[in-house]
Amino acid sequence: MIAVHTENLTKRFKKLIAVNAVSFDVLEGEIFGFLGPNGAGKTTTINMLSTLIAPTSGHAEIMGHDIVKKRNAVRHSIGVVFQEPALDSRLTGRENLEFHALMYGMPADQRRSRIAEVLSLVELEDKAGGLVETYSGGMKRRLEIARGLMHRPKVLFLDEPTLGLDAQTRRHIWNYIRKLNEETGITIILTTHYMEEADALSRRILILDDGGIVALDTPSALKDVLGGDVIELAAANDVTAFVNTMRATQWIKSTLVEQNIVRLSMEKAETRVPAVVQATVDSGVSLSSVNIRKPSLDDVFIHYTGKTIREGGSDDHTAKKKRRSSGRR
Amino acid sequence: MRVFNVIFILWLRDMKRFRRSPSRVIGSITVPLLMLVGLGAGFGRMPIPGLHSSTYLSFLVPGMIGMTILFGGIFTGMSVLWDRQYGFLKEIMVAPVPRVAIVIGRIASGSTTGVIQATVVALFSTALGFALPTVPGFALALVFMIFISVIFTGLGLVFASRMKDEQGFGLIMNFLVLPFLFLSGAFAPIGNFPAWVRTLCYIDPLTYGVEGLRAALLGSSTIGLPVSFIVCAAWAVLMVAAGAWFFETSEAV
Repeated sequence: MIAVHTENLTKRFKKLIAVNAVSFDVLEGEIFGFLGPNGAGKTTTINMLSTLIAPTSGHAEIMGHDIVKKRNAVRHSIGVVFQEPALDSRLTGRENLEFHALMYGMPADQRRSRIAEVLSLVELEDKAGGLVETYSGGMKRRLEIARGLMHRPKVLFLDEPTLGLDAQTRRHIWNYIRKLNEETGITIILTTHYMEEADALSRRILILDDGGIVALDTPSALKDVLGGDVIELAAANDVTAFVNTMRATQWIKSTLVEQNIVRLSMEKAETRVPAVVQATVDSGVSLSSVNIRKPSLDDVFIHYTGKTIREGGSDDHTAKKKRRSSGRR
Repeated sequence: MRVFNVIFILWLRDMKRFRRSPSRVIGSITVPLLMLVGLGAGFGRMPIPGLHSSTYLSFLVPGMIGMTILFGGIFTGMSVLWDRQYGFLKEIMVAPVPRVAIVIGRIASGSTTGVIQATVVALFSTALGFALPTVPGFALALVFMIFISVIFTGLGLVFASRMKDEQGFGLIMNFLVLPFLFLSGAFAPIGNFPAWVRTLCYIDPLTYGVEGLRAALLGSSTIGLPVSFIVCAAWAVLMVAAGAWFFETSEAV
């Protein structure tokens, strides 16, 4: 069954088109990743799907409920963990959950047991009585995930769930997300600009750039598009002549240059290394390193957008907001 | 039933926050208390026409109660902006609850804190020689305190639903709050103003609130009690409706 369905979903902020005619379906029970640089339109899409902002045009349904006409039904069926913390830091962890339970109309007899359940899921039982302002970043994120699950939503949105967390906490959160999906079968839509995160968690990935869909498939299918392997060469001098030779070479599928690093994708790279190295010698490139590896999502992203995710639009709406709020955290 | 739960939990959350920040209570009653001491004692011996009371202090007390609640209401509007900034507003807005319940919950908590602060001001004024009225008089005063709270919390919410930043909100509120305060006759009898200013006084809802408080606490006022009551009630209904409409159509991010 289809959990989320969108058709030409569009959001325009004055002159800026944040999300441009996006259409996709998310199946029930899958972990679905939105991957894209800051400002690609990931958060704006989530905000529309969670009824916080109205789309400029287009149409979307969650569990069959229209996001504009049936907002209350949509709100009942979703849980949202926002990119920036949405907790009341002057309340305790438990009080934040109680607040949520009453807002979602949970009957009194279920409230207590459900709070205990979600607290144990994210291993926060011992800290639930403390004020949220004393929590670490990882604890806050776990509490938010617990809260998002309180009312047993059908679809859980996680907007950059590990943004700003350290590597260990990030792994921890990944485990919760996987466990959650396996044990409850809940549909999870997560946005991220971390390649490893999208790769590690998502069954399918939607690559967004400049408000539009660039690619949509499973991580392995996306990587297969590049085929075989990647040879990455680092040079100490000018590579222009070498790159021109490579672009003219038939068995090379794609060539990407980033300063003095050249990435070539091809099949059976181990047999091609001698030819590639010979070409560098012929074009007078002084090599400092050569590396053969399997293509990563990074390479996929570069293949589709022509840029690395870090270079991605930083002068846009979302990125500005992120900068403004980061000082306050 | 479900709507009452929502109103209750929104109210309870604000009460907990209120209790956990004593500086807010002290801060909010300092200004009216200083006014009572400074102005009440300072002008106490001057003959001022049209007071409807024996001393300037007792004329001033209802005005300062009105002012305390006016500031409290605007503060509640400001707290929505903080919720927006700290992200909590999204948690509220993404919940499947009617927007009018959100507005009423805020107004309920804003009114509770406003009335508590105003009662402290009233009790303190007795130390300066203000005579508190009988129980029915005070009960009537409570009704007007709630009216003023609802009106100005509602107004604060209307602005907060549309404004994104605190600076802008502070600026607009200063342009509105001080005129509301001075035109209400909190400091001087409106009968002493020139005729054209008095017209503005009659537009200001706080005028009727303060006059109602005077009628309740002092037993006499320039505007009759029934008029004050009806005008306040009408403004209160209007502001709740306006708040609900503005929240329904606002975007939470």
